[in-house]
Order: sequence, then C-alpha cells, then structure tokens
Amino acid sequence: MRIFDFLSRLPSWGVHPDDHKRPAADRALRVVTLPEFLHLPLTQHVGGIARPVVRIGDTVHKGQLLARAHGNISAPVHAPTSGRIVAIGDVHSPHPAGLTLPGITLAADGDDRWDESLEGLGDPFNADPQQISEKVSAAGVVGMGGATFPAAVKLALGRRMKVQTLIINGGECEPYLSCDDRLMRERAADVVDGARLIAYAIGAREVRVGIENNKPEAIAAMRAAAEGFAEVHIVPVPARYPMGSDKQLISVLVKREVPAEGRAADAGVLVHNVGTAWAVHEAVRHGRPLVRRIVTVAGGAVRDPGNVETPLGVSVSHLIEACGGLLQAPARLVLGGPMMGTVLPSQQAPVVKGTSGVLALTAAEAGDQAPAPCIRCASCVDACPMGLVPHEMAAHIRAGALDQAADQWSLTDCIGCGCCAYVCPSRIPLTHHFDYAKGELAGRERMRLRQDATKRLTAERASRQEREAAEKAAAAAARKAAKAAEKAAAEKAKAEKAKAEQAAAEAAGSNEGATA
Amino acid sequence: MLLALAALTTLGLGLGLLLGTAARLLKVEAEPITAELEAMLPGSQCGQCGFPGCAGAAAALADGRAPVTLCPPGGRDLAQRLAERLGVSVDLSGMADAGPRIAAVDESICIGCTRCFKVCPTDAIVGAVKQIHAVIRDACTGCSKCVDICPTESLHLIPIPVTPQTWAWPKPAHTPVLAKPVLADAGCH
Repeated sequence: MRIFDFLSRLPSWGVHPDDHKRPAADRALRVVTLPEFLHLPLTQHVGGIARPVVRIGDTVHKGQLLARAHGNISAPVHAPTSGRIVAIGDVHSPHPAGLTLPGITLAADGDDRWDESLEGLGDPFNADPQQISEKVSAAGVVGMGGATFPAAVKLALGRRMKVQTLIINGGECEPYLSCDDRLMRERAADVVDGARLIAYAIGAREVRVGIENNKPEAIAAMRAAAEGFAEVHIVPVPARYPMGSDKQLISVLVKREVPAEGRAADAGVLVHNVGTAWAVHEAVRHGRPLVRRIVTVAGGAVRDPGNVETPLGVSVSHLIEACGGLLQAPARLVLGGPMMGTVLPSQQAPVVKGTSGVLALTAAEAGDQAPAPCIRCASCVDACPMGLVPHEMAAHIRAGALDQAADQWSLTDCIGCGCCAYVCPSRIPLTHHFDYAKGELAGRERMRLRQDATKRLTAERASRQEREAAEKAAAAAARKAAKAAEKAAAEKAKAEKAKAEQAAAEAAGSNEGATA
Repeated sequence: MLLALAALTTLGLGLGLLLGTAARLLKVEAEPITAELEAMLPGSQCGQCGFPGCAGAAAALADGRAPVTLCPPGGRDLAQRLAERLGVSVDLSGMADAGPRIAAVDESICIGCTRCFKVCPTDAIVGAVKQIHAVIRDACTGCSKCVDICPTESLHLIPIPVTPQTWAWPKPAHTPVLAKPVLADAGCH
C-alpha cells in the first residue's frame, strides 16, 4: 500500500472510501418549491447569536435583514423569501441532541419578491477592497463548507496578514456529497468571479482552486471559466479523504504545513470554499444576501437522489419529499457527509447556511457494529492525516486522563475527520471519544472562566460596598458640618442681635439722658 | 577548670552562631498551599462550608481540619481537584452532585422585596422595589444565599440549562464484544 502511494505520489495520510457520489452528482440542479413556513435559527454561524430587528406580524421582502450580527465574530440573518414573520422564539435545530435554538419563523406568501433596495457594486475591481468586505459582511456570508466561519472576518484577517495566495477549496472529499461539484459544473463563471473578488479584497496575487480528480466535468468547466484570468489556476488534486480539510489541501497545493494551533494565514494562505466564492459573487455583484444554497440529498433510502437549490430554513423532510421521498425508513439520518456529519434526531430540522448534504442511510450503509477491544494494529496511526496516535488518545480518554490526552497526545490537533474510526478493524468509535473529550475539556475551560468571573464580581462588589460606605460617611460628615455651621451661624446671629439690641438700648438710654 | 569552661563556652557560642546562621540562610518558606487552595475555591465567600469565606476554608483544608468535599457550589469536580492537589484519596461516590446549579426566580410569586440582591455575593440578581427580580445566569454561582433569604420561596436552584453552545457529547459506553473473532481482517492495511 505504502509503495503504491509513493509511486503514485499520493499523500501517505487519509483513506479512500467508496465515493457514492453518483447518481446524485450527474443529475441537474433542482429547485425546491416553497413550503408554507421557513424556520431560521439565529446562529447559523460560528460566533455571537444574531439579534432580531423585526417584530411578529411584520411583512418582509426576500433578502431583507431579519437579525443583525452581534459581536466581532457573527453574521446577520436575512429573509429567504417574501412573507410575514409569525413567530420569534425557539425553532428546531440541526443538533445531534435535538436541542432547539432561538430563531425566527417566516410564513411564505408565495410571491418570492426580492427587496428592491438591494444592489451590488458597479465596478468592484476599482472599488476600495474594504467595500467588498462590507458587502460580504452585510450579506451574512459564512464558510459554506460546513465550518460556517463569517467570511468577512476571514477577509479582514487575510488583509492584515498580507496573504499572497488564495486557495479555493473544491475538494469535496466526503463521500455522497456533490453540491460543490454541481455548483462548479453549472456556475463556474460565478465561482471564478467570486474567487477573484476575494483575492482582490485580501490583496492576494494568486488563486489556486483545488479540485479532486474524481470530478473531471467540474475541472473542465472551471478551466473554461478561468480562461483569460492568468492569476487563477485550476489544480486537480488526488482524490483522497480528507483532501477537503484546509490543512491537507494547503499541504498538497502549496507544500506548506499549518503550525499546530495555528491558522491557514500563518502559512501565508487563505482558504475559502467554492460555495463561499459563489456567495461572495452574489453579494458583491448583485447585493444579494446569503439566503439559499445547494444541498445534496442522497443515501440508499432516498428514492431519487440529487442536488437541490433550496431557500434556507426549509425542513429536511421537505427536501427529502422534493427528491421523491423515502424508499424505506432510514437507519440513520445524517446532516453533512457520512464521515464528519452529525446525526439528525428529527426530519423537522431546517436547512442552515452550513448544510451541505442530507443523507438518509440504510442499515447496510450505516454499518453499525459493536466495538471490539483494540488490537493495537496501528491502522489508525497510518490513516491519521494530522500524524496523531488515535488509539493512545482514546485509551487515555477512556481512563479519564483527558489532560494527558490533550497535552501529551495533542488531542487539540485532531480535526475530527473520522479516518481512524473508518479504518479501525475493531470498529472502536474513536471520533466519538475525541468529541467527548473535546467537549469535556471545553466545559472545564468554561467553568474556569466562570470562576475567574466570580472572583472579579466578588471583588467588584466588595470595592463598591466600601466606596458606598465611604460616600455615606462623607455625606454624614458633610451633613454634620453643615448642621454645625448652621448652628454656629444662628448663634452668631443671635449674639449679634443681642449686641445690637444692647447697643440700641444703650443708645436709647444715652438719648434719654441727653433729653433729660 | 577555667580551660574546660572556656572550651565549652566557645563551643556553645560557635555552634549557636552556626545554627543561627543556618536557620537564617536555609529558612524553609511556609508552604503557599493555602493561597493555592484559595485560588481553586469559587471565591464567592458564601460561607456554606461553615468557615468564614474561602480563605478560611482554604486554611482549614491545608490544616486537614476540613474534608475536600466541603464546598457545595464547587461540587464533585472541585472535590476531585482538591483531593488531587492535597494528595488525599476520597470516595466521591457518596457525594450527591447534580452538576453546577444556579438560582432562578419564580416570577409568579416574586414580590420585589430586594432582599435577595442585597445578599448576592456576585451581584447576579437585578431588580428594584416592587419589580420582579431576575438572575443573571452567567454571574450566578449557585451559593443559595438568596434562596435562604427569600420571604416567598420564589428563588430556587436549577441545573444550568444546556444550550447548543454548551452541549457536549456524552462519554462513549465501552462494551467491547468478543463474540466474533476480528483478527482475520487485521494487519492487511
């Protein structure tokens, strides 16, 4: 295997699962009919929860702002269609535990009218790069590959770090998913334009679009669209999971490694997904906010798998209906790809900005099997794209030594790609162990911050009480002094009066004496 | 006689000087564990442990006068960390722990008496006279001082609500199955 990898110049990490991309990838995009209600969570991005700016009963146009960004890292939410706001409260969320999220419910009126005040930049390549960032920020564009990091924040970072190379991620290495493939085939010119706009906004000189070589049609379409733009290079990369992870794509495309706990910008590059490039094109050229996206609906339990373009907020069950419904009850419903996606407890969950796929898997595809003991075969070590030792990390986590797993075995460098669990002959749920440990460590960190905050609050309260006591004492002293002064003044006045009276009496006496 | 007296005096003085210098130069610092323990405690000075504030509790812990399970707001997690730091073994299975808790106001019976926010050690309750009071969840430590003072029993402790931001995967159940030999497909990767 290793010799073959070496000869074929394949990277030594990763796995090569069956891609299952067809037939969905070869079917043209379908447009979903509007459902009656759209449910829009206010956190469809990494960062602060957006704050609603509409009220129940308001009529809104398609693309109108519903909730503005809150905090430095946040993104606004817009109306995916025209209609009326019917509720602001908790909505279903694409969460593995089925928790709800604060959100807005919109009743569609069926007209799908765009807000007419929206307009793009006339000549973006002569505009100030800052203006492009502002457009992207106002449009609520986030990373469409699934990370959902606000794109405008990343643009600012790229400009600050003086990034020279922009990488556009068309890897799409997850099996089943073909939404990026379809986007590149059908809207290659828009994607290339978006990529050039991002490069202009961050001041990058070169754009490298990495596309896995299992998508020849997308490569051809993108090459045709990039014709005439010397700075845009379309680079086919070997099909190997997780090629679509930014660190792996960077290492293949520019032969640089992102430092541990560092970001892509530390390696002098910035990575954006092809979907994000398309959304940037829409935002800058047409002023349209991110209100729709392409979603792959696939899996053995779906009657007519394919890619659909859908407004955000449409429920998963509606998407499945749009693809012919289900052939059988799915053994597992997954949001995203089968390797890194999350289990969906209900079909009520809405499509959000980061939803790349909805998979209804049959029992055979889900392949649930009971785990067996680790035989220390080290298959996971060979597969790990980050060079970690998954079986040791899992053993430490199982024994409760989370700190050791993090410090000694670099759990923080794990990207959660699932290669280790995929190759494990004992079917140990390694990724589950790592997810648990990461969550537990984050929880402890939160508790530590909470304790620091408690100490600060207690100290502030003590100093406030001291200050209040001092102020009270000062006020009392001032009152006392004022009273004393008043008393003294009264006494003085009394004395003067007495003196005057005495003087008058004396004067009267002498007068009397004079007259006498 | 005189010689012996002189010799012993010199010896005594010399050794005394040596000991005195040694005591000064090789002084053993008082172990700063009390300060370290105090830093581990929540610091809200709620007094539920029975000691005057967290500093008193830390001193008692350092002297071994108090068990590591003394701090109700710290809960099981804190007890574990204190036991680790002090190098004592402790059986935590008996310690009831419903996780960290915070106060909540039952708005239907709050009369707006303002007593609770006057005793809150972290200013986590806001309100005004004859207005319904509210708890700032991020600032509450669950010390229960407000619960004790509330005249209408409107305040009570609840577990910290789980949000998608704070939710974490549970620990995987580890039940390896040995029913089927799995050696056949190992080693050929």
